[in-house]
Amino acid sequence: MKKYFRNFYKYRYLLYEIVRKNIKLQYRDSFLGILWTFLQPLLTTIVLVIVFGNLLGKDSSKVLNYPVYLLCGRLLYDFYSQSTKRAMRSIKNSASVIKKVYVPKYMYPLANVLSVFVTFLISLVVLVLFIAYFLIFSPNKPNITPYVFLAFIPIGILFILCLGVGLILCTLEVFFKDVEYLYDVFCMLLFYMTPIVYRIEQLKIENEWIMRLFMANPLYSIVNMFRDCVLFGQMININHLLYSLAFSVTMLVIGVVVFARKQDKFILHI
Amino acid sequence: MAQPAIKVENVSVLFNLNNEKIDNLKEYFIKFVTRKLHYNEFWALRDISFTVEKSDRVGILGFNGAGKSTLLKVVSGVLKPTKGNVEVHGVIAPMLELGAGFDMNYSGHENIYLYGATMGYPRKFIQERYDEIVKFSELEKFIDVPVKNYSSGMKARLGFAIASAVDPEVLILDEVLSVGDTKFRTKSEKKIVSMFDKGVTVLFVSHNTDQVRRICNKAIILDKGRLIAQGEVNEICDKYAELAAEKKK
Repeated sequence: MKKYFRNFYKYRYLLYEIVRKNIKLQYRDSFLGILWTFLQPLLTTIVLVIVFGNLLGKDSSKVLNYPVYLLCGRLLYDFYSQSTKRAMRSIKNSASVIKKVYVPKYMYPLANVLSVFVTFLISLVVLVLFIAYFLIFSPNKPNITPYVFLAFIPIGILFILCLGVGLILCTLEVFFKDVEYLYDVFCMLLFYMTPIVYRIEQLKIENEWIMRLFMANPLYSIVNMFRDCVLFGQMININHLLYSLAFSVTMLVIGVVVFARKQDKFILHI
Repeated sequence: MAQPAIKVENVSVLFNLNNEKIDNLKEYFIKFVTRKLHYNEFWALRDISFTVEKSDRVGILGFNGAGKSTLLKVVSGVLKPTKGNVEVHGVIAPMLELGAGFDMNYSGHENIYLYGATMGYPRKFIQERYDEIVKFSELEKFIDVPVKNYSSGMKARLGFAIASAVDPEVLILDEVLSVGDTKFRTKSEKKIVSMFDKGVTVLFVSHNTDQVRRICNKAIILDKGRLIAQGEVNEICDKYAELAAEKKK
């Protein structure tokens, strides 16, 4: 165990360099560069608000700030789907290094989740701007209370989830390339299964089992908790907290075990 | 007695050579169900044991497919042996393929730090050696150009410059001295010889027995995954030349 920590300590610079590289290269050669981290969620959210705003944003029971509601969900979903997709490809993409030099292989999925995490944190500035704008100019203001500082809890849980899923996916990807295509479809399904553009009450689900299916989605709990903190200004739901934390930690444990057991075989398949 | 630098004990490596590579679920499933999932097993290394004392320079000779590169991969930790184990004491600089850790979209300047980190060195450590690396690689003019625009010789030069600048204790060379032009080859050979004075341990793979004689003081011969001879460099090189002559017949 101690050996692993010492090894991690030795290669911590590699982690830093890969994260740095990913972020630097992502926007290289683009005219606006790092500004795209803000612009991309800003513009896509505007499109979604225009498309779904009239359809789903009207809520008779509760005055809802739809743009902020939507942006919360989208930012978290984007972090999830991008980080897991990049982690999934990380081992294959680093084949040339892994085949020739000894490096702790988990650095690659970890670094990819981390680099998406950093851009996610930067893009949170858009959310702050949105909230500030609506606080000043809108009649239905987001309710900002001290609970906003609890927002790190859903973000932290989401990070654990992404890392766990990323480790599982990159291991599978080495052996079966199909995973890449299947996962794309899965992510699309997940986007619609998670209340991002709609509110779950609007679906008027009566069947108990379908409702459970929706609730089983850990992103549902995480997104809900996040909105509780930054939009509704209320304490996070303890059931959501326990469920998503247990789910995420389980994923991470499975991911670490699967990865550790298969990593010596990677080199024969990439 | 001092600890040996490299200790290889009963190392065997088994490869599963599939006739065709199965990397999608459908094929795997069909083959699994129809029980056609058989592999061609192939021992790349069989029961290899040897020790390398500190500041020994060992040449590894062998024909194509003898397992030389596999052995180097096992020693540098890239590949886990199927059986047996390997102990290495000291900092390894692997030069299995120069420039393997480069990112093509990164400039030479940025790649120096990335490659350093891949070998486990902090930014500051590389910074101190940065000028030396650039000077040795003779890439001053191109250091801010993305590596994808480098020629293979330039990449090899940069890779060699970085790997040799970090004062490794164990140097693993896989035919790296056969790249680049004569001038650079002589220069890198000189650099390696200069490292001998610091007591560096070397594992060196080459087909060129003259080069092995110049660089190494000991040698081993691998044939079809087996260690068939080890000893002083001249004796082993003569033996290898005999073997090569025999093969030609």
